[in-house]
This record gives sequence, C-alpha cells and structure tokens, in this order.
Amino acid sequence: MHAQKGSIADPLRVAIIGTGNIGCDLLLKVIASPHLRCDSFAGRRISSPGIELAESRGIPTTAGGIDAVAELADRIDVVFDATSAKDAVHNWNILEGLGIPVIDLTPSHLGKFCVPALNLEECLTEQNVSMVTCGGQAAVPIARCFSDASDGLGYLEIATASSSASVGPATRANIDEYAFTTQHATHEFCRVDTAKTILIINPAEPGMVMRNTIAVPASENVDMEALRVSVDEMEKRINSYVPGYRVVVPPVATGDRIMVTIEVEGLGDWLPRYAGNLDVITCAAVAVAEGRAEARR
Amino acid sequence: MKTHAERQLKICDTTLRDGNHAVAHQLGHADIVAYAKAAELAGADLLEVGHGNGLGASSIQVGRAALTDMEMLTAARAQLKQTRLGVLSIPGFATVERDLKPALDCGVDEVRVGAHCTEADVTRQQITMLREMGVTVKGMLLMSHMASTKTLIEQARLIQEYGAHAVILMDSAGAYTPAAVDEKVGALVEELDIEIGFHGHNNLGLSVMNSMAAVKAGATIVDVTARGFGAGAGNAPLELVAANLHLEQIETKLQLFAALDAADLAESTFVKRIPTNDSVTIASGIAGVFSGFASPTRRAAERFQVDPREILMELGRRGVVAGQEDTIIEVAMGLAQKNSLYEVI
Repeated sequence: MHAQKGSIADPLRVAIIGTGNIGCDLLLKVIASPHLRCDSFAGRRISSPGIELAESRGIPTTAGGIDAVAELADRIDVVFDATSAKDAVHNWNILEGLGIPVIDLTPSHLGKFCVPALNLEECLTEQNVSMVTCGGQAAVPIARCFSDASDGLGYLEIATASSSASVGPATRANIDEYAFTTQHATHEFCRVDTAKTILIINPAEPGMVMRNTIAVPASENVDMEALRVSVDEMEKRINSYVPGYRVVVPPVATGDRIMVTIEVEGLGDWLPRYAGNLDVITCAAVAVAEGRAEARR
Repeated sequence: MKTHAERQLKICDTTLRDGNHAVAHQLGHADIVAYAKAAELAGADLLEVGHGNGLGASSIQVGRAALTDMEMLTAARAQLKQTRLGVLSIPGFATVERDLKPALDCGVDEVRVGAHCTEADVTRQQITMLREMGVTVKGMLLMSHMASTKTLIEQARLIQEYGAHAVILMDSAGAYTPAAVDEKVGALVEELDIEIGFHGHNNLGLSVMNSMAAVKAGATIVDVTARGFGAGAGNAPLELVAANLHLEQIETKLQLFAALDAADLAESTFVKRIPTNDSVTIASGIAGVFSGFASPTRRAAERFQVDPREILMELGRRGVVAGQEDTIIEVAMGLAQKNSLYEVI
C-alpha cells in the first residue's frame, strides 16, 4: 500500500464515501492524522475535483461509490459517510450487514449522536455514529453550557450562518433534515423544552467566517457567572480538536435575550479558512476515528 | 416577450406580512381580521400574511410573533373570497413538515418561496413539491440590489426551471434606483417565460417611483403595503401606487377609493408610526442592509451607547444578509469596545 505521511505502524484503515466539500476536507484531515490511513476515496464521477485531489495525494479512488467500498469490507476498519441524508440511508443498509463501523457526517441521524466535547467516550464502540450537523457540532456544546447554567430551559435557539461557497449541493438539498437533526441533538444533549434552528447562507466575498449564535429569552433563569465559566471551558475543550473555534460574543444579556456568538475558522485545507463549517464536523469525525484507533490499542 | 403585455398587473398586498416588521411582529387577531376585509374590498389580488420573515420565522433571532402562523392564516382566511391568501416561505426558517404543510392546511392559495438573491437553489425542494401539489408558487429573490443583472437572470432561471409561476425581485434594502429597476426587471422580463414582479422599499424615497418603473419595464406583479407599513422606511404604499396606476390608466383589479380606505383603516388601527425616512433608515439604504434591521439596530445602539448609523455601515461592509440579525449585537459591542479604548487613550 501507499504510505501516508507520518503514519504510525498500524493505522486505522478508513474509507470515505462522498467526494464533495465535506469529503475532500475530511480526506485532507485523515491524511494529516498519524492514526488514520485512507484506503479508499469513493465517489460516483471519475472526473470530480474530489477524485483529482485524492489522486494527486496518492490515495486509491473509485467511482463505484458504496458498492466499491463494500467489496473492501474485510480490509476497512471504519467508513466515513460524507454523502447526503438520503444516500446515507442506502449506504448504512449495506454497511450494517457487513459489520463495518460508520461515522456519518450527513444529517441522516441513523446512529448515536456524537459531539466529541460532550460524549466522545460513549461513542467509541458504536457501529453507527452520527456527527449531527456542522451547526450542531459548533452550537450544541454552547447550548449545553446554557442548560448546565440553568435548571432547564423553556426555549433555546441556534442561528448558524455559513458562507455560500462552503455550502454544497447536498447540504442545500437537505436543509430541512439539517434543521431537524440539529434540533433533535439539542434536545438530546440539553434540558430544553423547545429548540429551534435557523440556517443562513451568506454570499459575501471574501467569505464570511462561519458564525453561530445561541440564544435564550431573557426570562430564562440562567446563572450568568456559571455560564461564563462554562463557555470559557467549552471553548478550550473544543479547541483541542477544532483549533479555529472562538467565542466572539461572550455571554451577554441584551434586554430581550441572553446570547453567545461563536465563530469557526477552518485550517483552509480544502476551502479557504472562512469555511469553518467544514472543519467543525470533519475535525469532530476525525476525533471519533482517532478515539477508536487509540481504544483498539 | 409578447405574452407579458397580455397579462394584467397584479397587486400583492403584504401589509400583514412585511408590516409585521414595523411592530416587532406583534400584529394581533383583530388587526388581521379588519385589514383582510379591507384588502378584499380594495381588490388586492393576493394578501400575504405572517411573520415579517415568513413561515416558521418567529424567533429570538428575528423577533418572536404575537400569534402563531396558523392563528394569523386562519384569521385572514375567513375574510377572503376574491383576494387570494399568500405566505412567504424562506428555506432555513421554514421547513416543509413543521411549517409549510400546516399552512397549506389553513387554506393558503399561494406560496412565495424566498431566498437570498444568489442562493436560489435552496428553493428547489419547496417549489418542486408545491408545484407537484398543484399550489401556485412563486420565487422571491431577496436583497436583489446585491447581485448583478447577469446573476439575477441565472438565479431567476433556476426558479423558473423548478416550476415556479413567477419570480419577484425584492428590493429588501430599499437601495434600488429607477434606472436599476429598469435594467434588472427589464432583463428578467426579456429572458424569462414566467411573470416578473417587484417588491420595493422606501429607504431612499423611491418606492413608488421604482414600482412604476418596474411596471413600465414589464413587471406584472407589484408588492405594496397600506401606508407603506413595513420594514425600515416601509414599502411602496398601496394608496400611492393605486393613485399613480389610476393616473397612468394602468388596469388592475384595485378599486381606487377602497384602496384608499384600506390604507386609512390601517393607519387608524395598527400602524403605530407611519414609516418615514430618518437617519437610521437612510443609512440602512445607503449601506444596502436589509430593511428589517432598522428596529433591532436602534435597540442595540441604545443598549451599547453607539451610533446606529455606524452599526449599519459596518453591517453593509460585512455584506450581511436577511436573517443575520445576531451580527447587529456583535457589531454594536465591537464599536462600544473601540469607543471605550479611545476614551482611555
């Protein structure tokens, strides 16, 4: 097999299905990880920019999609699914029977939700791990801070804005799934009666850095000091796997609401640095795979 | 295209949707019932009802509404016979299962699916579904001053391809000039087979002139509100557009005096402050910022003791779009911090 830079002797062998923005950014992060080795990068078009990227890095590629990956069943330790909510269902139908663990980056929510800052350890033995959504990875940890700083919340909302260039066709076709999955994860990780999400796509050039605002009505009983401490700690915890994660508006009460705004700058691997919405989910997915690699040892 | 000349001009009254921006989305049941009756008498083709940002938009981010979408739609539905009931649906706020399907169950006749003017592909799912269900569906390109004519043609073609019956160019920031209207509306009329509409705002005092320019350029749908009741400096006023159409002898279903009555009724009931141009709405128009940002900007300026116009100019530099109201607070706090640094120095 080919050698990927910096690999340890016995890396986790992974396959990536889906060669769009998420798949490409993920591939570059897998290549950079000493614990992981990408043995198959699977798309459906032989001449896509993603396939070209993989070939330029010496990664085995296929235009055979899930079927080609299924044939490698006994030589793959983990499959990353970076297709679409709809395709992920089809892929899981095949992979579940083959007993291959899946880390799902689509909003299909077929397995256990994983936000590494909140529950990484619980997810390492699951056969299907759902990485929620990019907005979920960025905002749910802060929503959890609000929840922890209160006795439970009546209402919380998450508004996410991403740059147009970073939101690919699969995400655009899955906007409703995105909203439901993000809301669902918010309910699972936080004590909140009603959660709502809003997604905005911004076309400004140069691209706007991915932003998330987490807000509750001023009437909620939130301990502001506890919230400040908790948001500060959460930022550090997330920085351990997403370096460009930053609080830009620390907890503030502005009359009708209590809010926090965070931004995520990416490493600029596949798209420019403003596209932190890619990094926040691909870094989280890599953290899960690396966790599995270490647990195996 | 020739076919456009044969189409009668249609008036879409968005008083009970865009107007909700002017009262922090607090229109009540009685307001909706009273105005829906008046709009029916005035002969509006469509009455658009709901939260200012449309279905599913009631939120901290853009303002929580006094009534649910269903309460607003049910109240209006009972008053309408000839005038059709419409909603705005913006993917990212509105979802099919939670928002759109229940709205259709309330008896909505027409859905206008909106997206930022460069992001029309997010409307595909909703437009395709509505078209298959046999619902009249139109596409709305928000903040259309931000895109070139060429881009608008490409984006409008996508909406046409998905099956929409019309495309409406929204001047959400009130930043168009009549020359820009003539160019952009004219190009869309020329290049597309479906109807073209225009939705004006009054930040630079041009909403009526721009609406008339759109009609001259071939638009067959014009959006209005009573007394201009709407976001920021307000919309094109129903009564003034009706008067100008009357003078120009352009035929619509509008009944002139009944349209004037509808505007009077709005003023005497729920229009708390007639939209006007002040330094904030003018700065908003110059900066090209979404009209709905005016009220939250005033509140943030007050809270953080900064100049609202500076907030708007910075938002314009950042190129924020409709729905990014959280950025107002971030910018206001940044300005306040900068000011306090200067004071220390």
